[in-house]
Amino acid sequence: MELSGVVELVCGRIVVKEKDESFDITAVCTTDMMSDVLHFAKKGELLVTSLNQSQVIMTAEIADIPVVMVVLGKKIEKEMTAMAEKKHITLLSTELPMFTVCGMLYAKGLKSCVNGK
Amino acid sequence: MASNRRTIEGCFQLMGGAFAGAGAASSELKTVLMSLGVPQGIVRRASIAAFEAEMNVIIHAVAGTLHYEVTPAKIHIDVTDMGPGIEDIDLAMQEGYSTAPDWVREMGWGAGMGLPNIKRNADAFKLDSVVGEGTTLEINIFLTEENYADNT
Repeated sequence: MELSGVVELVCGRIVVKEKDESFDITAVCTTDMMSDVLHFAKKGELLVTSLNQSQVIMTAEIADIPVVMVVLGKKIEKEMTAMAEKKHITLLSTELPMFTVCGMLYAKGLKSCVNGK
Repeated sequence: MASNRRTIEGCFQLMGGAFAGAGAASSELKTVLMSLGVPQGIVRRASIAAFEAEMNVIIHAVAGTLHYEVTPAKIHIDVTDMGPGIEDIDLAMQEGYSTAPDWVREMGWGAGMGLPNIKRNADAFKLDSVVGEGTTLEINIFLTEENYADNT
């Protein structure tokens, strides 16, 4: 699914754009525990989280996840935005809760980056 | 970051509680490894091990250092901290065991996966700790001439 389609689906907005809108997202990681990202995530293009801190961007960089989505309309601090720009991570925001976002993405055929299902 | 023929090394000071700078060492190591043409899977393993080690110092210790050295034979990461030490290393190595305070968990850390994750991503792993003094961690990930292209 293209990045632009994901943003439209969750009524989101692009806070930091480092990927083309046609960038293909196939697998998703969803957690608020950053060690879980580092431990369980295999290949994936999108991290969905309710954390709005810079460490999320660092974790995404280390785990090779190029797109991060912050849910629940959490205010994204300027430090997080700056880090995303520095690390070339695309940063998205949505008002929707994590459960709803995951359900929508799953229904569109996106897979888990943990087990590929 | 310093280069001596085919050895590249770097050293970072880590401060307890300094989350804003967390990941700087791991990020530099990742950039170095990618520039050397090391395969992505190995880069990922080394970066994750270094990042978890960095976070352990920032979460638990007063201060520490992370030193890395990349040679054609291996990626070597040394982390030394002045912290509380680990009372029971076997327990600390169990997935899910954590002594991190609640405020750290609220930041997305302290799931008790750090040390097991470092060990999982390392080819060789050595952990020594003295309660009341600190902890030293040695991580080695082995390379071959084939996956150390040295494009620099």
